[in-house]
Amino acid sequence: MPEEQVDKQVVHASHLNLFYGNNQALFNINLSFEKNHVTALIGPSGCGKSTFLRCLNRMNDLIEGVKIEGNIKIHNEDIYHPQTDIVQLRKNVGMVFQRPNPFPMTIYDNIAYGPRIHGLKDHKKLDEIVESSLQKAALWNEVKDRLHTPAKGLSGGQQQRLVIGRVLAVEPEIILMDEPTSALDPISTASVEELLQELKKSYTVIIVTHNMQQAARSSDFTAFFLNGEVVEYGKTSRLFTTPKEKRTEDYITGRFG
Amino acid sequence: MSSPTKQHDSWWKEGVGKVLTTVSASILILTTLAIIYFIASKGLATFFSNGVSLVEFLIGTEWNPEGAPGQFGALPFILGSFIVTVGSALLAAPLGIGTAIFMTEISPRIGQKVMQPVIELLVGIPSVVYGFIGLSVLIPFLRNSFGGVGFSILAGILVLTVMILPTITSLSVDAVKRVPRDLKEASLALGATRWQTIWNIIVLRSSLPGLLMAIILGMARAFGEALAVQMVIGNTTAIPKSLLSPSNTLTSGITLNMGNTIPGSAYNNALWSMGLLLLIMTLIFILLIRWISKRGQA
Ligand SMILES: Nc1ncnc2c1ncn2[C@@H]1O[C@H](COP(=O)(O)OP(=O)(O)O)[C@@H](O)[C@H]1O
Ligand SMILES: [Mg+2]
Repeated sequence: MPEEQVDKQVVHASHLNLFYGNNQALFNINLSFEKNHVTALIGPSGCGKSTFLRCLNRMNDLIEGVKIEGNIKIHNEDIYHPQTDIVQLRKNVGMVFQRPNPFPMTIYDNIAYGPRIHGLKDHKKLDEIVESSLQKAALWNEVKDRLHTPAKGLSGGQQQRLVIGRVLAVEPEIILMDEPTSALDPISTASVEELLQELKKSYTVIIVTHNMQQAARSSDFTAFFLNGEVVEYGKTSRLFTTPKEKRTEDYITGRFG
Repeated sequence: MSSPTKQHDSWWKEGVGKVLTTVSASILILTTLAIIYFIASKGLATFFSNGVSLVEFLIGTEWNPEGAPGQFGALPFILGSFIVTVGSALLAAPLGIGTAIFMTEISPRIGQKVMQPVIELLVGIPSVVYGFIGLSVLIPFLRNSFGGVGFSILAGILVLTVMILPTITSLSVDAVKRVPRDLKEASLALGATRWQTIWNIIVLRSSLPGLLMAIILGMARAFGEALAVQMVIGNTTAIPKSLLSPSNTLTSGITLNMGNTIPGSAYNNALWSMGLLLLIMTLIFILLIRWISKRGQA
């Protein structure tokens, strides 16, 4: 598979099975993610995209009765190893959720939350982190005069960029996004998509999206999920033009889903 | 198109409904106004008809309405009420909030199956039972441990703590449950531990207005409780010297003395003044609650 061989792969999932109680939600997933690229996970609702994404920062640990087989390696370290430091893992693998979920605090405190949690108290340093994170999230110019006002006062798109900034403030390497624009209007969506292109220069981004145009526009690689399996994985440009699998073609041409 | 009779029918029903609800609402409002008017006129008569000075009433320490001349210093009652209210809230708030967090965040299953029914039971127990238990268990215990008579402010505080604990707990459970899962997950996903998340997101932020409300409602209940407190507090009219001194509260002052006074007398009116004070405090509690819930929404 020469076309898939690009720079460097940082995340490897192999033979991954996941069960919610007795219900298997993921079947033998084998996927690797390229450093400094955007990978899109597409597929109809309920096919396991979120479930897979939440394996990568072990958010599924919070759900009772979840059982996981196989392994996920980040930089060759098994993140499900009993000795894994989950705090460290989650600092390294940030997550942006479907609905913008700023904390009920000021804009400043939202960004400073992560660094503070991890023990940073120095005001100067916090100020710097807040500014640089908001810069990276392309929000600084819009909010620099009201850092100490409630985050709830921002528009949906601004809130989602704030949340991205909040993730960037803990200096992750990988950013997971679960349908980050599905609750946003087209203009806000465009602002987040634009940001993605900026982010991939410094981060590895894995984004679940319901929106095929978004995957086609914003991602470098795409994995197509169906019923808990990965049907096809490849360069986005190739997968959307010449899918190898019939089921992929049916999905991207809108025949189901 | 509906037929004319049908239209008439629904008009008729709607009319009856409107009248009924309006009448009910009016009765409620009139009753409330009447009660306020009654308490206020009686309670104010102390100062306007009987010539007791308001200052003496509020900060005087001598309570001897039947003396010659009568002394109307209600400070011991006022102080007693405030100390037991604040004291029981100080004990019950951390316990109640801690229990609520245990029930919702730490062990929802035990919370649902064991704690919830226990709390509902505790809410339903009549206050005389709490007073009786306080009287037969707590008072001897305090007497044996600290000496003295056992009847004391501390006994009042402890009985009230147990009484308001279920109120504070169940309201706190509601408040904690209202915290969106999104916010907790966002905090955990940033690498926060479970306790950091509980403390920073749930307690200090999202449910803070709800928790404050729970505490204030608990305090309102403590402030207004008469029977159970009266059974354990000792009912003396001296300013308490320590938590182990017997004392009194506005409510127990009223219930214990109301029967012994002649309507219209200065003594009787002074009890109404204490009632008026309770009413005003209740009003303040309500205003506080409204203010907090408004700020919580913002
Ligand atoms: N917490 C959960 N408990 C039990 N089953 C779940 C849970 N979350 C998701 N599932 C099930 O797992 C499957 C995949 O869901 P999900 O990963 O949310 O799909 P997607 O994100 O692709 O829409 C679905 O059948 C869903 O019902
Ligand atoms: Mg999903």
